[in-house]
Amino acid sequence: MTILDKFKPLQAAYETVRAAGKDPFSVRFDEVLSPSEAVMNGRRTILLGTNNYLGLTFDRAAIEAAADAVRRAGTGTTGSRIANGTYGGHADLERRLADFYGCSSAMVFSTGYQANLGILSTVAGRGDHILIDADSHASIYDGCRLGQAEVIRFRHNDPDDLARRLRRLKDTPGNRLIVVEGIYSMLGDTAPLAEIAEVKREWGAHLLVDEAHSLGVLGDHGRGLVEEAGIEDDVDFIVGTFSKSLGAVGGFCVSNLPDFDILRIACRPYMFTASLPPAVIASVIRSLGRVEEEPGLRRKLQDNASRLYHTLKDAGFQLGPRTSPIVSIRMPSITVAITFWNALLDAGVYLNLALPPATPDNASLLRSSVSAAHSPAQLDAAAEAIIRIGRSLDVIPETRCLEMAVR
Amino acid sequence: MPQTNEIADVIIDMIGALPQAKRGVTPETNIVRDLGLDSLAVMNFVMTLEDRFDVSIPMDRLVGIETVADLAATLSNLMGAERA
Ligand SMILES: Cc1ncc(COP(=O)(O)O)c(C=O)c1O
Repeated sequence: MTILDKFKPLQAAYETVRAAGKDPFSVRFDEVLSPSEAVMNGRRTILLGTNNYLGLTFDRAAIEAAADAVRRAGTGTTGSRIANGTYGGHADLERRLADFYGCSSAMVFSTGYQANLGILSTVAGRGDHILIDADSHASIYDGCRLGQAEVIRFRHNDPDDLARRLRRLKDTPGNRLIVVEGIYSMLGDTAPLAEIAEVKREWGAHLLVDEAHSLGVLGDHGRGLVEEAGIEDDVDFIVGTFSKSLGAVGGFCVSNLPDFDILRIACRPYMFTASLPPAVIASVIRSLGRVEEEPGLRRKLQDNASRLYHTLKDAGFQLGPRTSPIVSIRMPSITVAITFWNALLDAGVYLNLALPPATPDNASLLRSSVSAAHSPAQLDAAAEAIIRIGRSLDVIPETRCLEMAVR
Repeated sequence: MPQTNEIADVIIDMIGALPQAKRGVTPETNIVRDLGLDSLAVMNFVMTLEDRFDVSIPMDRLVGIETVADLAATLSNLMGAERA
């Protein structure tokens, strides 16, 4: 008996997945060659599951800015902002984020996970209620657990269900905070933000939108789903991450609430962890600049997303509800999903295996994320491999009649 | 307001409608261990309970609930508090 015995069932489930081939939870890149390619098991592999939406991880200017910052300011800050002080870069990045969103304040966190942990656990306190979409990311669930507010789930992307749950709280005192995501990371679907904003107004709630997957991806200026839906005046907090479209690591929250900065001395996941190192801050500033300056990147991403989505859809795969840089393929079972994922890796295509309970409706998914950095040839090669394996595993029908016609 | 045992009966009926449905569910049935519901399935079941009884069950109230009777008692409490 050890203290880890409680993980026996998890261990058993893990062994089942591993027994089928490679271990999807410890995939190893021998070498990362570019935002869209790596060497894995000695083979050149197309990266189709890295959330590198704009392909900025190898941006030349970002790399130079980071290298310069590390030489000028050192490798790390060795402490938190409240204990060890703020570097020029932190303040500069916060100013730029606030300007980018047209908000009065911005706070930078060490990861997006911590941004959710910090904001949710701090702004909603005892006696308040947080209403979260049932399909929320783990960081949202964990942020709720860390705080003292009461937490209520509403049905995914269902504003009427949200309204019903707010109505039930009608006579209960306290603030309400509604939490939704811009793009949901498993199926690539987006929140019905205009309707949610309407419910928010009707019930006098606050609204937080996590734009982790939509920053730099949606909206004419890349400001995410909030911009696309035109509800910037209705949002009280936008949370986001530097770890996806901005190609680095870190998180943030922007807001127009007048006393927002008080959170710097109240929010524990901000106060009690080291701040981001100068090199990261420098590359993020540069990448944010590219999002602002180059709408072409976003168009390229949308074109690429649409190319992969339609090719797979036409081949008969079951995908998420809208074209999105997240293209998720529904698998008929966990076993097929694992076999499919292994076969793709052998064919030189890396994407994500997403299994229950981390997925909506306990679906087994092959989740891909398209990048502006993918060439059409890479996307076509990946699609071809997916279709070939899909046919051989009977996930999609063989096109026998077509083949016979050709013969 | 329904009594706790009436609430338990409704819960047992609703468990019968789940895809993982098992026979012979009683108030003493352990929801996680005996029914094999994972935490997500429990949370989703709680949503349907909220709608059935028109009451909110905050997530922190689920901590410590093991049996159908525990769940019924929590619901009864929440509904009592609401009308008090
Ligand atoms: C919706 C959502 N929020 C937050 C995060 C956390 O971001 P980070 O990787 O910066 O911790 C993620 C990414 O995993 C996410 O998908």
